[in-house]
Amino acid sequence: MNTTWSRFNVTSIVLGFAFLYLPIVLLIVFSFNESKLVTVWGGFSTKWYVSLFHNQGLMDATWVTARVGVISATVATVLGTLAALTLTRYTRFRGRVLFSGMVFAPLVMPEVITGLSLLLLFVAIGLDRGFFTVTLAHITLTMCFVAVVVQSRLVSFDRSLEEAAMDLGATPAKTFFQITLPVILPAIVSGWMLAFTLSLDDLVIASFTSGPGATTLPMKIYSQVRLGVTPEINAACTILIAVVAVGVILASIANKRREVQRQLDERAAQRG
Amino acid sequence: MKSLGSIRRDFTPWNDPSARPYIQFENVTKKFGDFTAVNNLSLAIFEREFFALLGASGCGKSTLLRMLAGFEEPTAGRILLDGQDLRGIPPYRRPVNMMFQSYALFPHMTVEKNIAFGLKQEGMPSPDIEKRVAEMLKLVKLEQFAKRKPHQLSGGQRQRVALARSVAKRPKVLLLDEPLGALDKKLREETQFELMDLQQELGLTFVVVTHDQEEAMTMADRIAIMDKGEVMQVATPAEVYEAPTSRFVAHFVGNVNMFEGKVAERSANTTRITGSSGAQIVVENSGAAAANADIVFAIRPEKIKVSSKKPADAVNALQGEVYDIAYLGDMTVYHVRLDDGQIVRASALNAARVTEDPLTWNDRAWVSFRPDAGVVLAR
Repeated sequence: MNTTWSRFNVTSIVLGFAFLYLPIVLLIVFSFNESKLVTVWGGFSTKWYVSLFHNQGLMDATWVTARVGVISATVATVLGTLAALTLTRYTRFRGRVLFSGMVFAPLVMPEVITGLSLLLLFVAIGLDRGFFTVTLAHITLTMCFVAVVVQSRLVSFDRSLEEAAMDLGATPAKTFFQITLPVILPAIVSGWMLAFTLSLDDLVIASFTSGPGATTLPMKIYSQVRLGVTPEINAACTILIAVVAVGVILASIANKRREVQRQLDERAAQRG
Repeated sequence: MKSLGSIRRDFTPWNDPSARPYIQFENVTKKFGDFTAVNNLSLAIFEREFFALLGASGCGKSTLLRMLAGFEEPTAGRILLDGQDLRGIPPYRRPVNMMFQSYALFPHMTVEKNIAFGLKQEGMPSPDIEKRVAEMLKLVKLEQFAKRKPHQLSGGQRQRVALARSVAKRPKVLLLDEPLGALDKKLREETQFELMDLQQELGLTFVVVTHDQEEAMTMADRIAIMDKGEVMQVATPAEVYEAPTSRFVAHFVGNVNMFEGKVAERSANTTRITGSSGAQIVVENSGAAAANADIVFAIRPEKIKVSSKKPADAVNALQGEVYDIAYLGDMTVYHVRLDDGQIVRASALNAARVTEDPLTWNDRAWVSFRPDAGVVLAR
């Protein structure tokens, strides 16, 4: 294999990474800016992080976002898992193609349209917009993602595990909770995390379906930016990036460890 | 005393008219859409029997097993277990357990928990469960692997866990779906004998599905040969091999030579057959074949002798030319092209290290066999 670092390779890597990460790096750097002016460097300081925690508006929005995320991700995971189960288990029922198409359509539906149609619905049925409607809207948005993740795991699920459990005397309900669920749990957890992340960063649908008193963090940031970017927002975003990055890194390390351990075990087992 | 083939054990309830079958399939049909997997099949299996369902893939043998386990319901007909109709009884209430081809070990549970799973479902108190699990681990010699997960075991160990799990509940009947299919040849042969010992020890009824005729012959008391959803013959391994009742069975189990011909003359014990090329042979075991009927004479390769000179006492001897020889160590397989063009396969056990009558390619040779060496079948 050719491992020489040609000038061309180095340039393309630097440009590529710069394209992806320069904006984020700038944001992080300026969150430690002493100056109130976002684009002028005035020395290192962490004062924006301190003032961030005293900004009641931002803290409220964070709390709303966290609650919306947890509730909508949880409900979406339950519904998405059920949809995935139906789609993989009952391969022959009337309208299956239509059903699967409808489950997955929101994946490609423009968010503006989803947001607008939800807004129209909530207005039509006279539902006051607020925390409840944002949560409902996020369930709608994220359910199909969960269904996709769980379904891909279920496709490779060995049905004879369930048959074996029933053969050994477990009722279908017990079989589901003691065998199926534990085996597909990793996929369900990833589905939940995906749903939570999607809910966390959604701005469009939240803007359509939210009302007074239920401003999510992305909405809050967006509205503040329109009044001018403050380093405080940079600080808030940096914390958000840190949380997401730590989560992703921990998850992949755990995954990698499990994989390596599994391979070692299997090799040991083959040796006897 | 003479007997057909070798006697495996003194156990023949199917010959006893007063014995009641333990498992009965009565005119069972199973359809999947337009496809008929099992077609109007009847079968009786006796208590403590080691019964094998043998057939190529897609012959319906696994469907039969799955209907017994309760994963499929028959489209028509009924299945009785110890006199009780099984229709409508879900798998988790049937007193049968199954060992799956893929083993279906629960990946998130240790060996111990896998074996205990069935016992927990029936609400056995935990001290008893522990005792039974320990017993089972000892039975399959896996005591030191109790805390391992399935992926930490080798293929052979997984197979034994699956076996222990399926017998832990002491089912009345153990169903085994290709139990040795995933093992390598050597391990498979060892395990065949272990399974037989286990069946004797536990006194269970075993129904095993396999596509491997050697496996079925080794382990089973009786074999049902299946084809296209129907049972072609149910008999002991020796009967299936030495007295097949159809061309299909003769071909399916082992190697066979078929001579086509017409019944020329029948006497009390023997039948004279005129082959399609005019050659005459005299055989016994002609069953009900009437004079002038078109028949085939089926004979196994090891019952045909190949020699350079015509044996003096041979009743049936045909001349030809050695076409191919395969030396396999324990035996030598000859392909002889008879003068009428038919190729005959004959095998000779190499009982001595030195061959008295060496034959080679293109040598003239005689093939000879005794009148009772084969069977006459309908065309």
